[in-house]
Amino acid sequence: MSRRKYERSSRVGGVWYPRWFWPAFATPATLWLLFLFVVPFYAILSVAFGKVDPVFGNPVPVWNPFDWDSTAFRFVLNQTFLRGGLYQPAFIRTFVYVGSALAICLLVGYPVAYYISRHGGRWKTFLLVGLIAPFWISYLMRMLAWVNLLQDDGLVNKTLQLLHLMGPPKQWLEGEGITVVLGLVYGYIPYMILPLYGALDRIDRSLLEAARDLGASPRRTFFRVTLPLSKQAILAGSVIVTLPMFGDYYTQDLLSASPKTTMVGNLVDQAKSSPFVTRAAGLVTVMMLLLLIPMAYYLYSTARASREAA
Amino acid sequence: MKRLLGWLRNPWGQPRALPAFTILYLLWSLVPVVLAVLFSFNSGRSRSSWQGFSFRWYWGDPDSSVLHDPSLRTALAQSLRLATLTMLIAVPLGVAFAIGLDRWKGRAASTSNFLMLFSFVTPELIMGVSLFLVFVKLFTLVHLGTTAQLLGLITFEMAYPVIIVRARLLSIGREYEEAAMDLGASPTKALRMVLVPLLLPAIFVSFALVFADSIDDFIIVRYLSAGQSTETIPIRIYFTARAAPTPALNALASIMVFSTIIAITIGMVVYRSLTKGERAKGAALREFAAQI
Repeated sequence: MSRRKYERSSRVGGVWYPRWFWPAFATPATLWLLFLFVVPFYAILSVAFGKVDPVFGNPVPVWNPFDWDSTAFRFVLNQTFLRGGLYQPAFIRTFVYVGSALAICLLVGYPVAYYISRHGGRWKTFLLVGLIAPFWISYLMRMLAWVNLLQDDGLVNKTLQLLHLMGPPKQWLEGEGITVVLGLVYGYIPYMILPLYGALDRIDRSLLEAARDLGASPRRTFFRVTLPLSKQAILAGSVIVTLPMFGDYYTQDLLSASPKTTMVGNLVDQAKSSPFVTRAAGLVTVMMLLLLIPMAYYLYSTARASREAA
Repeated sequence: MKRLLGWLRNPWGQPRALPAFTILYLLWSLVPVVLAVLFSFNSGRSRSSWQGFSFRWYWGDPDSSVLHDPSLRTALAQSLRLATLTMLIAVPLGVAFAIGLDRWKGRAASTSNFLMLFSFVTPELIMGVSLFLVFVKLFTLVHLGTTAQLLGLITFEMAYPVIIVRARLLSIGREYEEAAMDLGASPTKALRMVLVPLLLPAIFVSFALVFADSIDDFIIVRYLSAGQSTETIPIRIYFTARAAPTPALNALASIMVFSTIIAITIGMVVYRSLTKGERAKGAALREFAAQI
């Protein structure tokens, strides 16, 4: 009887709802994202392809894409990709730093995740708290901790001198690439370990037992069963770690602040707070284009994972 | 003893190397922060040699302690204000979004789902610059400062509750609601009396995570700030870490760590008591961890 009321309605799982019922829940957040995510995104493009006020020198966004002017963006592209460009060293350096940091994250993270998921035993919960703790400590606080340790009279230099491993104190915070790379590793490795732990923990033990029963050595079991089963998590973890590293400028600023270690993020940050905001927008557009593939991969893999779960 | 001898004979045997490596990793990842917190209690000005325990940098020092230095006090207040407001707005928005996305089918629904996921993976620097530009060039009614910071943070944090609540919705299924409606409840009543109580654990976890995450936020909050009065703790750290800071900076950072730990502990305890009886003992933390 009351079903009449819901004539124009959707039927899910044998229950009748008015048609507007579920969309109404999603509408506020969707509108929010349209105005504060999609529109700002477009704002980057209209500033990057916009004009510069001839009198004040400040950027004037052009909202109509047919009137876009690509002079400023071409400048950014040339400085990025042409030999000897202004931005090129920073771009190459960023790829080297992020690549090395990613490799270290994997080499350190995999064994740790493997051990805790496989052999954690009754310590598992405790070890897990240790893995999660860095998530709840501000990134800047964790970098501050290293600034304290690495300053000229800091504990690192003191310890090294106490052990007679080093002569005069080393200036770790003055443009050392290695400091920046290790800082990035320290900052982002928890984001690598947790997905790895999740995947390794879900592996069905009977598969490993089957491999052993069929005569595979522990090494072979690892390379033929465990590693392939964790491949998805390795890729996902790598993407999760890589995306923020490309946009990172504060690690470099806190642990080095030298032109010798400038990264792309620093270029954006410096351009953003200078009169050349147009260039900042152009650099962000280039960064976005470069990161589109890993982002799309991540979206694709999470979509597949949720389909499998459903 | 036998183990020890075995280790002496073959110190690089596989089962020993892995735990040692794991412990070294955990020490490396936690000791620097513990030391930084420890030095916030130093009674001298040094951040590398211990001169005795005191609360000087928290409230003792009349000029440069967190309590008495106006810039540090403002940063603390602004951080807490932004985190609390973000939590209160982002979580309800996100929870409703998750329920809507879970039930609403069709092209519009998948577009809006894609938007949410896309916002989740966009690097924060890109989002920060885009929000800065839009508030400066288009939505000029909103001035940079607390309002802009709040709007930006909510946009950035909204995806967390959505992802957490959707996972819970998947595991609950539709049966309880259907039973309620078969017994005569209206859709709204079924939602209010059945679904929301079942979602409460996920909602509490979302509150805790969003609070903890937004109190630590740096890029967006910095780009949308308007000078010293709207600086937060991470911004203070960024500007003073290399400029000969006193342990007061460590004290400020430690307060942030303590408040995050408190938020997470409350979230964890509430999650545990709300899901009591749903699973084996000790599994709560692992489940909690899986929701990050």
